[in-house]
Amino acid sequence: MVGLVIVSHSAKLAEGVAEIAAQMAGRELKLVAAGGLQNGGVGTDAVRISNAIAQADSGDGVVILADLGSAILSAQTALEFLEEPARERVRIADAPIVEGAVSAAIQATIGSPLGEVADAAEQARTLRKL
Amino acid sequence: MDKSFLGAMEAITGTIHENKEFLTDLDRAIGDADHGHNMARGFHAVMEKLRASPPADLSTGLKTTAMTLISTVGGASGPLYGTAFLRCAKVMQGKDSIDKTDAVQLLGESLDGIESRGKAQPGDKTMIDALKPAYDTFAAASEQNRTFLECLEEACKAAEEGVNYTKTIAARKGRASYLGERSIGHQDPGATSVMLILKALTEYYKSL
Repeated sequence: MVGLVIVSHSAKLAEGVAEIAAQMAGRELKLVAAGGLQNGGVGTDAVRISNAIAQADSGDGVVILADLGSAILSAQTALEFLEEPARERVRIADAPIVEGAVSAAIQATIGSPLGEVADAAEQARTLRKL
Repeated sequence: MDKSFLGAMEAITGTIHENKEFLTDLDRAIGDADHGHNMARGFHAVMEKLRASPPADLSTGLKTTAMTLISTVGGASGPLYGTAFLRCAKVMQGKDSIDKTDAVQLLGESLDGIESRGKAQPGDKTMIDALKPAYDTFAAASEQNRTFLECLEEACKAAEEGVNYTKTIAARKGRASYLGERSIGHQDPGATSVMLILKALTEYYKSL
């Protein structure tokens, strides 16, 4: 099953997004929050993200949902710390973090492959609320 | 391990520390008001690591610097400076001192690393607007057989002109790009920290 990593500048926001997405997901889904800095501060840490990817990957790959700015740069940097086969199994979704995480969690839970889970996250961009 | 590497890193950390509020104020005007504090936190963490376990060689020291910046800066400058230092670590593999030709390569690889990581181009109002002219000028001065110090001084001057140029343009990358035209008139904090680092290294070189 494809795993998910939630990257945010805030540890609380990353955990909160993971909490909401987990409500829609099966128990087997690996959903790892990678928010904030080690000292508890606001920011993103590529080493922490890289560890989260390793934790979320059960062999089927990982989709990353990120908030803004350096979250994307740090996620891209995190990929460089992975070995080659694992790196190819990671997709950074160009998606809103909450809606994208929920859509991806549902798609991953039904056992879809990496590409479909990432697409589900990105389709959340066009989701109308009103 | 050559003491001058630690000295150079101390010089950078010192200038970042002294300019912490200045850089943060620049970032408050057009960004998220954290550049100075982020950079200071990162470089203090670097110094702590380097002092606690002095690296075996230059390349290892640069790699430790890169990884520490990547995991402690927190903002975009973490992965950007981290990538630059990682590239420098690669250039310095198996070498224990930096000559003029190495310096050209270090600046060139740093520039390339930051460009490919941040996907910014000259004129986007970023670190590139200080680093690229500094690299171009250093490389040209080196070609003309100028001394190491002259190359450094000209590179600093070019970086400073680059920083001034960032006042005249609108941001197209990072948080400042949300402001668009309203970012004109403010100098870019990232370009400013690049210039400060180059100046600190030049001053350090003069003191040796």
